Amino acid sequence: MTLAVSGLVRRFGDTTALDGVSLALGEGEFVAVLGPSGSGKSTLLRALAGLEGADAGEIRIAGRDMAGIPARERQIGVVFQNYALFRHMTVFENVAFGLRVRPRAARPARAELARQVRELLALVQIPELERRYPDQISGGQRQRVALARALAISPRLLLLDEPFGALDALVRREVRRWLRGLHDRLGLTTLLVTHDQEEAMELADRVAVMERGRLVQFDAPPALLAAPASPFVAGFIGHATRLEGKVQDGVLRFGTLPLPALRVALPDGRATAYLRPREVVALPGAGGAMVQLVRATAEGELRLVVQASGLALDAVLGEAAPGWPARGAPCRLHVVAAQVFAADGTRALGQPSAPAPVACRAGTEGV
Amino acid sequence: MTPRPAIDPPRWLHLALGGLALLVGLLLLGLPLAAVFTEALRRGWEVASAAIAEPDTLAAIRLTLLVAAIAVPLNTIGGLAAAWCIAKHEFPGRRLLTALIELPFSVSPVIAGLVFVLIFGMQGWLGPSLREHGIQVVFALPGLVLATLFVTFPFVARTVLPLMQEQGRAEEEAAATLGATGWQSFRRVTLPNVKWALLSGVLLCNARAMGEFGAVSVVSGHIRGQTNTMPLHVEILYNEYQFAAAFAVAALLALLGLVTLAAKAVLQRLTGRATGPAP
Repeated sequence: MTLAVSGLVRRFGDTTALDGVSLALGEGEFVAVLGPSGSGKSTLLRALAGLEGADAGEIRIAGRDMAGIPARERQIGVVFQNYALFRHMTVFENVAFGLRVRPRAARPARAELARQVRELLALVQIPELERRYPDQISGGQRQRVALARALAISPRLLLLDEPFGALDALVRREVRRWLRGLHDRLGLTTLLVTHDQEEAMELADRVAVMERGRLVQFDAPPALLAAPASPFVAGFIGHATRLEGKVQDGVLRFGTLPLPALRVALPDGRATAYLRPREVVALPGAGGAMVQLVRATAEGELRLVVQASGLALDAVLGEAAPGWPARGAPCRLHVVAAQVFAADGTRALGQPSAPAPVACRAGTEGV
Repeated sequence: MTPRPAIDPPRWLHLALGGLALLVGLLLLGLPLAAVFTEALRRGWEVASAAIAEPDTLAAIRLTLLVAAIAVPLNTIGGLAAAWCIAKHEFPGRRLLTALIELPFSVSPVIAGLVFVLIFGMQGWLGPSLREHGIQVVFALPGLVLATLFVTFPFVARTVLPLMQEQGRAEEEAAATLGATGWQSFRRVTLPNVKWALLSGVLLCNARAMGEFGAVSVVSGHIRGQTNTMPLHVEILYNEYQFAAAFAVAALLALLGLVTLAAKAVLQRLTGRATGPAP
């Protein structure tokens, strides 16, 4: 089912939670709304579900204007942040709820209802839990119940509000993949609200980045990394470090920082650069920086935190050498690339003016 | 012996405070109750039952049960509605309503009774015109019910409200997205979630409705066999030096209260023992 939002505004007193948000979802698309807390993403979800009114703007689902249509008539499945399961009902009754409250004529008969509920429980892989109560099952199982309950109404659109927040990291990764698989298999149109960029990047076809009630960029994950629309996006996505510098004659310099200058097609003046960990390469040898921390990532790579003129910077390892890297060892830094914004918001890619001193293993893509 | 956490007070203090609380409880609460039953049965079971079988006493018992039977359901619905409005909705005057619920607790029941006399009495604002239509409020059943309603209103609302507030609106919102109407959501989600608190509130409300003296005394007029409830009847008997009869009725009234309390305790045990939210 398609979803089209245009110019949606929602104010709470003096604060504007949604400030003219427009976005469109195609049939079968999986979109993540990503933003820090307070960016209005949850308000957007609630407005779509019909739980929150809008002060201006329009929501269309499958072409139909949703203004004045209450939540119960929208046929939108919602998985709430804390699942909001009915605590006094068994898992079976939770899932059956949406079928039981249908108007009498549309209500399935007892046997048919039981069949549908069991089918849904099998779909979310918890058929054995139907007689348990929500407080007798784990967080991951609760989430599956919430999903089955939302799917029971054959939703035209599925909304997920931080659905993985209450799960531990290990379960989270697994459930994410499973959920994406389910979305593809059932042909759902899904909108996920999250503050976790990895979650958004991994799950979604497109990511809508929100900042203070505004939609600042709506793009596929690689495009967000390659061409961030604003300094906010550049800083928010990809764990980038923000550095101030100055452009003169197409060259960006970082003042006293021991970082090489970058070629950048921006006018003279102040500029802000965003450097992702992969874009900073540390090499052994005196160069004004020092290794502060060496850590291994979950993917088995080594990451460094280097200290340069009082600034802690994430970096990757340029080359291996005996006794390197070690804490406290001196190093020099090479920058592979950086997103640079001029004071007026114009963006350009900063590139090294000299070729990399060694063959670097780090590319420009990826987080 | 397992070592006790350092924040625990010493053992002797535990025992001393516990003993003191028990002693005070027995002296202030248990002793009077025991005294009532002893006094009632001092001159034998026959005397006590004969006192209760008096027509005026029977009328008082009937009236008390009738007033409770009208006031408790009304206050159950009213208290539930008030708690539901306050806990689940935003509206202007919400804080005022919250404060109003507590009013009967903070105002003396006698004042409540006087207010009803002022409004509905023969010298009152509405009394004369009501009288023209043949409706008598003060010194009649409607007045007794009104006074009882006022005094016992907070019990249901106050027991249900904190639970509803704690539970928030999330489940009702989920119900709405699943297609439930407001009524379906209330009946299938809100009400079952508070049913044990509600029952406990209803029982407390009932105990107070049967035992209320002050407000009822003002509006009753003390007409024997007609507008005397049990607490009022106890006072009349006592003032006429019919001690045995007075204590017999008092004992019966106390018994009704005890049954209510016992029912509440049983309910609480049921709730406490239950695994899963609905026992």
